[in-house]
Amino acid sequence: MTSNTMAQNRSMPREPSTPGREQPQRNQQIYHHWFSLWASRHLQSCVLSIGRMSRKPFASIMTIAVIGVSLALPMLLFILLQNVQSIGDGWSNSTQISLYLKKSTSPEQVQAFVTQLKNNSDIADVTYVSPEQGLQQFEENAGFNDLLKALPDNPLPPVLVVKPTLGAQTPEAMESLLAKLQNGANVDLAQLDMQWVKRLYALLDLVSHFVWALGILLGIGVLLVVGNTIRLATENHKDEISVIKLVGATNSFVRRPFLYSGFFMGLFGGIFAWLVVSMILFWLSGPVNQLAQLYNSQFHLTGIEIGSILLLLAIGGLLGLLGSFIAVGRHLNVLEA
Amino acid sequence: MIRFEAVSKSYGNGYDALSNVSFHLAKGEMAFLTGHSGAGKSTLLNLVALIERPSKGKIIVDGQSLGKAPSRRIPYLRRHVGIIFQNPRLLNDCTVYDNVALPLVIAGYRPQEIGRRVRAALDKVGLLRKEKEFPFHLSGGEQQRVGIARAVVNKPPLLVADEPTGNLDPGLSAEIMSLFEQFNQVGVSVLIATHDLALIGRMHHRILTLHKGRLVSAGVRFADDE
Repeated sequence: MTSNTMAQNRSMPREPSTPGREQPQRNQQIYHHWFSLWASRHLQSCVLSIGRMSRKPFASIMTIAVIGVSLALPMLLFILLQNVQSIGDGWSNSTQISLYLKKSTSPEQVQAFVTQLKNNSDIADVTYVSPEQGLQQFEENAGFNDLLKALPDNPLPPVLVVKPTLGAQTPEAMESLLAKLQNGANVDLAQLDMQWVKRLYALLDLVSHFVWALGILLGIGVLLVVGNTIRLATENHKDEISVIKLVGATNSFVRRPFLYSGFFMGLFGGIFAWLVVSMILFWLSGPVNQLAQLYNSQFHLTGIEIGSILLLLAIGGLLGLLGSFIAVGRHLNVLEA
Repeated sequence: MIRFEAVSKSYGNGYDALSNVSFHLAKGEMAFLTGHSGAGKSTLLNLVALIERPSKGKIIVDGQSLGKAPSRRIPYLRRHVGIIFQNPRLLNDCTVYDNVALPLVIAGYRPQEIGRRVRAALDKVGLLRKEKEFPFHLSGGEQQRVGIARAVVNKPPLLVADEPTGNLDPGLSAEIMSLFEQFNQVGVSVLIATHDLALIGRMHHRILTLHKGRLVSAGVRFADDE
């Protein structure tokens, strides 16, 4: 028997050849058999890899825990970052625009302007601070009493404090609202103190970059941990691998259980990370709520969303698979002529 | 079944494990390969099993030229040859049954077919009742018979054995050799490397003798090998 016919027999065992008319049906049978063969091999490897891991529970749990911690750290930072960003969004609600009107503006004109502003759909509220009130506030807050008394008359203009609606509080919308107000007939100066909001966003952006860098580093760490574990496993199974290859196993047959092991280590590591992050968030939620209450805030720590959990598990599994693929490749060529 | 044409195998250091070896093992023939240790017996069998490749010459096993076979074809070629070692090389964390089933699992047989064939192979080597045992519970002779069952389970047309009786006492060795003869009687070609001249002298089969990598005697073929 030539090995060619042997190879065919593998995918199509012991069926007498049928003439042309029944070919499509036979092909279907072949595919069906081929698929069930493929599926059963994967099932075998899958069971084998879990069996191997369960035979060394301590070592397996250690590896899974290392992967879990490596995945949990960036995950936790991401979630905390998201929460801080949501606080930042809340804070920017207090953003307001000060309109310094021309000193020549009469009270009637001011009233008309206030009404006009209140009709603007981007503006939630307008407060009028007259020059007298402004002077009073200035005296109370700044302690410039003597200096102000030395001035012949009140140097302060009438001021309107404009609060934008929530929808208009993105940095872009604020800039355009500001430009529009600046062009108002009685407006001397429209001033927006967005600097600190911008700084906060810049800072959060920096932290987010840092978290990404950390996440990538720890991801590489997971890759190496899985790779090293699988490398040790292939060393331990060297004799077994050579026996299996001697009785005719292909490289993919040898590789498959190791790939499954790597995948499961990564996946279980991801589950471990999920549990750790959930526990830490639960532990943090008490103090966070207490702090929020002291600030009269409705803020609550947001947990992990289902999408993030799935992403975490997928990243774990993929890193495990990749790590084992890299590690096992080098050890397959024992007994290669 | 096996044809060597002017085969040489040298390792980088200028040492020739085999030089210019030619012989032919016919289909259904049984032969012994003998020689002092280091004469090249194992190298010759390694070439047949595609564990090593020849430096020069041509090897044809079961109608297939091995020299040109690409690496990815090696697993499929190996499935035509049952290989037996001095140390039976069993998987110690698997039962006797699983050890014997291994080649069939690799080749993708259906479970029912595997069960049928494994039991038939174990029956032939007289270990049917030990299928659930682990290898370390078995004696040396029994372990070797498990190795033989594994080699024959997918009915290869050729069996090669490297010192299969090297670790066994004379009584067990004779038993193992008679097992090989039984397989030979149903048409399997057999090539056994051994230095147990006393044992093989009593058996009527061709003896190939290697000396320092050269084939010094291709032996005489006995009529009952045909």
